[in-house]
Amino acid sequence: MNCEEFNGLHDLYIDEELDAARMLEFQRHRECCPNCQAFSVSDEELRQLLRSPSLRFEHPRDLEERIHAAIGHSQLPQKPEPVRKPFFRPRMMAAFAGALLILSLLSMLMLRQVSRSRSVQQEVVSSHIRSLMADHLTDVVSSDRHTVKPWFSGKIDFAPAVKDLQAEGFPLKGGRLDYLDGHAVAALVYLRHQHKINLFSWPSPVADSPPKLSNERGYNVIHWAQASMSYWAVSDVSAQELWEFVGDQQR
Amino acid sequence: MPPTVDLFEKMLLPHLGAAYNLARWLTHNAHDAEDVVQESYLKALRSFHTFRVEADGRAWLLKVVRNTFYTWLQRNRDHRLSTNLADEPQYADGASLDPEAVLIKAASLESVHKALKDLPLEYREVLVLREFEGFSYKQIAEISDLPIGTVMSRISRARRDLRARLSDAAQKVGQ
Repeated sequence: MNCEEFNGLHDLYIDEELDAARMLEFQRHRECCPNCQAFSVSDEELRQLLRSPSLRFEHPRDLEERIHAAIGHSQLPQKPEPVRKPFFRPRMMAAFAGALLILSLLSMLMLRQVSRSRSVQQEVVSSHIRSLMADHLTDVVSSDRHTVKPWFSGKIDFAPAVKDLQAEGFPLKGGRLDYLDGHAVAALVYLRHQHKINLFSWPSPVADSPPKLSNERGYNVIHWAQASMSYWAVSDVSAQELWEFVGDQQR
Repeated sequence: MPPTVDLFEKMLLPHLGAAYNLARWLTHNAHDAEDVVQESYLKALRSFHTFRVEADGRAWLLKVVRNTFYTWLQRNRDHRLSTNLADEPQYADGASLDPEAVLIKAASLESVHKALKDLPLEYREVLVLREFEGFSYKQIAEISDLPIGTVMSRISRARRDLRARLSDAAQKVGQ
């Protein structure tokens, strides 16, 4: 590699966008060419400066509250006084504000309808996501089903089936209580490599139904009913793996 | 509050800092940045059904902020913001490899701030996304609807332009 090539690739290098082979060549040239090395160092120094927190603008403290109010209650954000910007005439401001209000109201109505029509599946997926986000995956952490199963007794009015699927490649991670579709439900957490599978179950007086796969916001969901229990398995593992998991659960 | 709005807030409010910082660097004005950010959140809520939960919420939100900003810019086009890359050739290719001319060491945070502020908009936005937010070229390409090759060359030119401005500033101080 010569200096010209080095120069041409330098941004890719500091942005970590070079493939491994070129990275090696690059580093070799950097080590033996003092000019290029000095250039590279000065670019890294510039980056350090650019990344210093004092170049970031902090948002005003009340901005989050104002946004929360605007999206949560369809309230309009406070608009700046029309005098500040001659571009905005009061009438235009009012028309714009009106349009925004109508749009936000419409969107709220639409969101409500959507959430009503697919409520259970959506609740199940939301609960799965929350369990991952809030770092509240398990109340009882154990890979031993004889620890997990008794933990539920006294907390809910049914005894969930807890299977040990270690040999099938789905080790048990633990369990927790959740609240879905108006019930306290059992959530069992299994692992598949680094992926989590939430298996929700609760008593439901419906006829048995075979497992059915659907996809909700990118997550695979399989729902079935068996022996008056309703089951929902949710995960970001592939559909095939989730089918395997459900097959193992049903055996 | 419907669960979707709840989820929306959980996924996207944590990125308010990134949204505001981008809007502030793009608009050059605190008041306008707040307007752009608020409007962006309302827009994001309206299209939240297209959001995939496993996607990167910050990248998704910043794409909305960027689009909202450009709409805002068209409404409020103002000579201090309008930049034309063709007007800035002296910085695009003028940087030298000679470390003496770069003088980054002499650059203070204040001068970096000023140089970044004066960068053409197209350069400023890719540098904010790359250096402040740490996005990869691919993510920046998605956020700004640009081919990855364009992102690559813009970032490279943006750094050259920034270095040239810093070097000019340092030389002025030295004179």
